[in-house]
Amino acid sequence: MEEKKIVESLRKKFPAEVKETGSSLGDDLAVIDKGALLAVMTYLKSKPGDYAMLLDLTCVDYRGEEPRFEMVYHLFSLTNNKRLRIKTRLTENDLRIGSLTSLWKNANWLEREIFDLFGVNFEGHPDLRRLFMYDGFEGYPLRKDYPLRRRQPLIPLKD
Amino acid sequence: MPTRIQNEARQDTMLLNMGPSHPAMHGTIRIMLELDGERILNSEVEVGYLHRGFEKTCEHRTYFNLLPYTDRLNYVSPLINNLAYVMTVEKMLGVVAPERAQYIRVLMSELSRISDHLTCLAAMAMECGAFTVFLYKMKAREFIWDVIEQTTGARMTTSYIRIGGVRADLHPDFDTVLKKAIEETRSVLKDVHGLLDKNKIFLNRTRDVAVMSALDAVAYGWTGPCLRSTGVLYDVRKASPYLVYDRLNWEVPLGEKGDNFDRYMVRMQEMEQSLRIIEQAAVRIPKTARTLMTGGIEPEAAIKESRRRRVRKAIALSPNLEGSEECRYPDILASDKGYVVPPKEETYTSIEGLINHFKFFMRGHGIRPPKGEVYFAVEGGNGELGFYIVSDGTDRPYRLHLRAPCFHIVAALEHLIRGRYVADVIPTFGSMNMIGGELDR
Repeated sequence: MEEKKIVESLRKKFPAEVKETGSSLGDDLAVIDKGALLAVMTYLKSKPGDYAMLLDLTCVDYRGEEPRFEMVYHLFSLTNNKRLRIKTRLTENDLRIGSLTSLWKNANWLEREIFDLFGVNFEGHPDLRRLFMYDGFEGYPLRKDYPLRRRQPLIPLKD
Repeated sequence: MPTRIQNEARQDTMLLNMGPSHPAMHGTIRIMLELDGERILNSEVEVGYLHRGFEKTCEHRTYFNLLPYTDRLNYVSPLINNLAYVMTVEKMLGVVAPERAQYIRVLMSELSRISDHLTCLAAMAMECGAFTVFLYKMKAREFIWDVIEQTTGARMTTSYIRIGGVRADLHPDFDTVLKKAIEETRSVLKDVHGLLDKNKIFLNRTRDVAVMSALDAVAYGWTGPCLRSTGVLYDVRKASPYLVYDRLNWEVPLGEKGDNFDRYMVRMQEMEQSLRIIEQAAVRIPKTARTLMTGGIEPEAAIKESRRRRVRKAIALSPNLEGSEECRYPDILASDKGYVVPPKEETYTSIEGLINHFKFFMRGHGIRPPKGEVYFAVEGGNGELGFYIVSDGTDRPYRLHLRAPCFHIVAALEHLIRGRYVADVIPTFGSMNMIGGELDR
């Protein structure tokens, strides 16, 4: 029941920005406006939500839909023992979203990964570079329009 | 393009490159160190040398076919990876495995956890110079892997846990081999405690080295033994119990300081708890009345005979399919048709069985979960191992994402070694249990 209250209070606190709340297969989730991301996350991290842990961050490419990209944040509260999923959509023309590095330290690498594989720009990230792929890699491999077997030319050796 | 540290380094310091091919960087990872004498002023960790596009590949495979890829994530505990993936799909489908299969899964995932911890601590101890400990632990791991091999047919690339249950039932000799493995592991753990716990060389390199505060550990998203070594009580098996963990009696060991020694100690104690779980599960597992099938008519003869009448006799299956005879299915696989591989006896002898077989494996048919998204996590060797799957109603996942526990742990490496000596990098990195397959995906 605790979880319901958090989602409800989130809705009350941000009536305009929270578009949808609900649950999918037992996981509670809230869909928010991307502009309110930092405010919503700051609220959730403080009491009474107490979502102290950013469990996971990923992105889904819904090619052909508008807005195209969906950011998925998984939060975890140690005191309430609850997970929460926050989703927000990004349009292809404006791939910018606020960085959460000021709230959680692991957001640094998680956001670098998304930048690397999807090309999402995180505003306020201190060191936004590719994480898995090398410098000089072209394109964003986890986007749906990147072919599975595309080959890229060899790069010169580093000195 | 210069890396961050090359731009930021002071003029009077030295840059030292560690890895990606360095004996202590098991797995492939590169650490750039900015040194003032032996002190580390700054560092930069570069990952991605083992990136092979796991998520992208999985999005192009069917739900059944992508299982072997999950073996290669955390390659010292592949059964837990299988379990995490399979249970995520099961959550989506609403399938529940039979009770015996659930106990088998618990047994297998605890054995994998022990093998995971053994490997981590063996490498960590060896890098501190304790080669004896390494050999002892590898010996214990061999006995654990004997059990795994006997049950799954493979030591590492198991693909044993299947959607709806497990691939085959336990071997008739399972109890004997398990007993031997438990005995050997117990005695090795005792020896290792004796060799390391009060060993001055080991203590000097681990006690109060790379201390992680509980607050930082949570802020970095640490889970598993590393988080518990800082004193935070969070274990997925206790917090949101899956399978039959809530019916078994065991404890969660905690550390105090979160230094290298605590990470070592928590892992050692966790292995003892895992052995407790295994012992209880091995006794409580529901017995099966069915015995292993021996003999039977050849498949070829059965196919010939089935052209004239329905064959009801037992069929001798290839040794590769041992333990997965139709008569054992109710014990180890869910009865939901369409989610589990149809029994081979049916496929060989009846037209309906053959159709079911093709329907299961054909592209565009097979397992098709309803539209939606799901996140499910189990306790892996390193912490919370979660899968996030988005289904669009077809037989392939639209998006599959892995929450790798050691991704978050390694992200804190720069923070941990700042201000320490070069020699401290080795035990610190060893105690994190970085697994390239899981980290780089």
